[in-house]
Amino acid sequence: MLRFIAKRLGSGALLLLVISTLTYFLLFFSSTSVAQNLLGDSATAQQVAAKTHELGLDRPIITRYLEWLGNALHGDFGTSWFTNQPIFEALATRLPITLTIVMLAIGTAAVLATVLGMAAAVKGGATDRLVQFLAIAGFAVPNFVVAIAIVTLFAINLALLPATGWVPFTDNLGNWAKSLILPVTALVINTVASAAQQIRSAFKDVLSRDWVRTLRSRGISNTEILFKHVLRSAAPAGLTVLSLQFVGMLGGSVIIESIFALPGVGQLVVSSTTQGDTPVVMGVVVFTVIVVILVNLAVDLLNGWLNPKVRV
Amino acid sequence: MSTNTAAITHGVAIVRSSLFKRLLKNPLGLISSGLILLAIAAAIGANFLAPFDPNHTDAMNLMADPNASHWLGTDAAGRDILSRILFGTRGTLISAAVVVVSSIVIGVPSGLIAGYYGKRFDAVASWLANMLMSLPAMIVLLAVRAAAGPSILVSMIVFGLLIAPGFFRLTRTAVMGVRNELYVDAARVSGLSDSRIISRHILTVVRAPIIIQSAMISGIAISIQSGLEFLGLGDPTMVSWGSMLLEGFQNIYVNPKLVLWPGLVITITIGAFALLGNALRDALEDAQKVKLSRKQAAKTLANAMADVAAHQTSESVKHASGDHLLSVDNLSVGYPQANGSLKYVVQDVSLFVDRGEVLGIVGESGSGKTQTAFSILGLLPENAKIAAGHIVFSGDELVSPTDGSISQKELAKFRGKRIAYIPQEPMSNLDPAFKIGYQLVRPMTQVLKISKSEARVKALQLLETVGINNPERVFNSYPHEISGGMAQRVLIAGAVSCDPDLLIADEPTTALDVTVQAEVLDLLRDLQTRLGMGMVLVTHNFGVVADLADRVVVMQYGRVVETGDVRSILRNPQQEYTKVLLSSMLEGKTPMTMLTTKEA
Repeated sequence: MLRFIAKRLGSGALLLLVISTLTYFLLFFSSTSVAQNLLGDSATAQQVAAKTHELGLDRPIITRYLEWLGNALHGDFGTSWFTNQPIFEALATRLPITLTIVMLAIGTAAVLATVLGMAAAVKGGATDRLVQFLAIAGFAVPNFVVAIAIVTLFAINLALLPATGWVPFTDNLGNWAKSLILPVTALVINTVASAAQQIRSAFKDVLSRDWVRTLRSRGISNTEILFKHVLRSAAPAGLTVLSLQFVGMLGGSVIIESIFALPGVGQLVVSSTTQGDTPVVMGVVVFTVIVVILVNLAVDLLNGWLNPKVRV
Repeated sequence: MSTNTAAITHGVAIVRSSLFKRLLKNPLGLISSGLILLAIAAAIGANFLAPFDPNHTDAMNLMADPNASHWLGTDAAGRDILSRILFGTRGTLISAAVVVVSSIVIGVPSGLIAGYYGKRFDAVASWLANMLMSLPAMIVLLAVRAAAGPSILVSMIVFGLLIAPGFFRLTRTAVMGVRNELYVDAARVSGLSDSRIISRHILTVVRAPIIIQSAMISGIAISIQSGLEFLGLGDPTMVSWGSMLLEGFQNIYVNPKLVLWPGLVITITIGAFALLGNALRDALEDAQKVKLSRKQAAKTLANAMADVAAHQTSESVKHASGDHLLSVDNLSVGYPQANGSLKYVVQDVSLFVDRGEVLGIVGESGSGKTQTAFSILGLLPENAKIAAGHIVFSGDELVSPTDGSISQKELAKFRGKRIAYIPQEPMSNLDPAFKIGYQLVRPMTQVLKISKSEARVKALQLLETVGINNPERVFNSYPHEISGGMAQRVLIAGAVSCDPDLLIADEPTTALDVTVQAEVLDLLRDLQTRLGMGMVLVTHNFGVVADLADRVVVMQYGRVVETGDVRSILRNPQQEYTKVLLSSMLEGKTPMTMLTTKEA
């Protein structure tokens, strides 16, 4: 078990190294005019040269990369070129907000998709067709269109919920919850639709296995077979789908945060990429990949617990 | 949404033109293809179709409602919305095309190589595919934009790379599936080069799933492209639906209608691609169904004719259902077909079992013997219908008279408790996620209402009874940790755990090694006499019948051919079919083709 975790973490570290290296060298092309951008059009060539030197951009890319890597390994991700805010600090306040929304959304989506997928697989007929229809509808409407639609309806026309903004739950629990409802809903609708479809297929597959029939022949009730045995065997497939959806949501939350003006990582990503703020982009990429690696590890461990055959 | 890869790859033989014909017959396929053609027409002909220049501003007409000159109204800068939508189609469709082409160019060849040659390339490529799939696309695209500037084309090529694992996996799985097929071997033996084999035989297999996946990926690409434009990260000189949505959203308090049109066209276009993908998949699956049902239609007809004949004889062979443990009278089981008829798998079958007696049901595969056994257990697939007949178990009718299905309520009283089942394939009949012990104990606590610890003691005794040397170890094992012979013993232990009156064994030894077969048969005989159970033994093997059965029912094509006590049938078979079956069995041959008699 520990060896398995160590192996996965090792492979995750390799992935992190590859991606951060690629990103760093890719961003090199964008950092050419950073000094000019920072100082504005009126800056003289001399000022620009001085700023370039100050940022260390006049040194070879390899030197800069190794320095960044060395610092990053010590937990120092530098400061933003534009705001001078330490990147670790910026992420520490923003990442929790993004993760709150994404986790709530994936949790809700998991429950709803399982219920819908199970119902479609077990009941068939009209329920099945409804779930299939919802899957296409959910696929067709991008989450930002959903977001705009529900903002228009619930925030602007009905004025039931706030259209934008974030309330920390330490301030007011009720308002915190209210500020979450619309963004989470916007992310959930899309995800539920496609996940339900795949969970349905996983259920149908398990329901057709021989041992389901044998369990029935032993006098075990249908409810118990469904919730204890079939659910457990179908869960790994569902978890894999949901882990992919989770990755998608991390990206999707960028747009959702901008629509709802939430101070999560999303805004940081948009501003840093448009400005060419390399240290911030690097910080965001590294932390996003870490989150993804941890989630995938958790999914693998859960799958191992669910299915003794893949247990290590 | 492409989980049906297996189903898709099966339908490859279909010629493309007929696929599209079938696609257009499906209303959803017709609508979605129509919408996509419309979008393509709008993209090509935007210059002629659009009533205004998309960037022409009319300062007198800001946010105008729809009117005669501006059919969809104007936006916040006084530009014609319809014209902007028409021109926006270009960027949208080009983006979709760029993503599809670049992901196919990357994903399909690498999938072909990985699937066909395997080994190291496969390992590296699979690792890369997994890596790409674990990256949040939007964040990578933003990082790329930081590097390459606001070019939607570059973003879309990179997105194509990010989504290429979809094509890679699809191709790899399909190729691995056919790589070792005989026709590919034959092509190799006949000296075709690898590249010829790949292009001639293997590409045809993946073509259909690639078309379907392309439709889906077009939809995703449009969603991502609009999303980037909506964030204001697109090319500012291009008209796009996403940027229209953004401008509308910025004015949402002033005029919420501005988001309506771009939101609608984005949704409709993505929806059209999704529907097209689904319709293509259905068209492929239908092709298989059509082929099947033609064969079945012929069978149904033959069955219907036979049905008439059956009715004339059924009265005369009717058994007195008296006080047998189990009696089945004139049972017919069928599966509803697409054309509304029933395809019969069991017809007019009558048999009975007494307490302490072993009845063998013998026949080839497809003779309806297993379907008969499942009818008694009430474990027929859900779409099966009991068309006629009665099943009476110790005086209780199991077929509910109203809807022609087995009364689950009646059976729940018996199943596991008084009627037990031993399946054919030991390894697939234990839930892999639960320990053997749990799977033995749980039915006992449910059915016999005894405590867990009592059930545990009884389970260990049973494991010993069925000849397992180390019951404690097996009790604590998972199904994959024991051998097939052991698993079959576990299943037998489970079947007899609640002291049933009737045991139904479906080919209980077929999946086992020859040496283990004899042991299991000994065990079954021993248990049956010791517990005085009635037993239905379903088998294709007359040897097994000779060993265990008291009486025999011979079945063919869903009907009873001959019935009688085991000695007279073995020594003096009356029916031609029984003789053929018997002679082939005694010579120890496994029949490779359906056996036929002179009459049939």
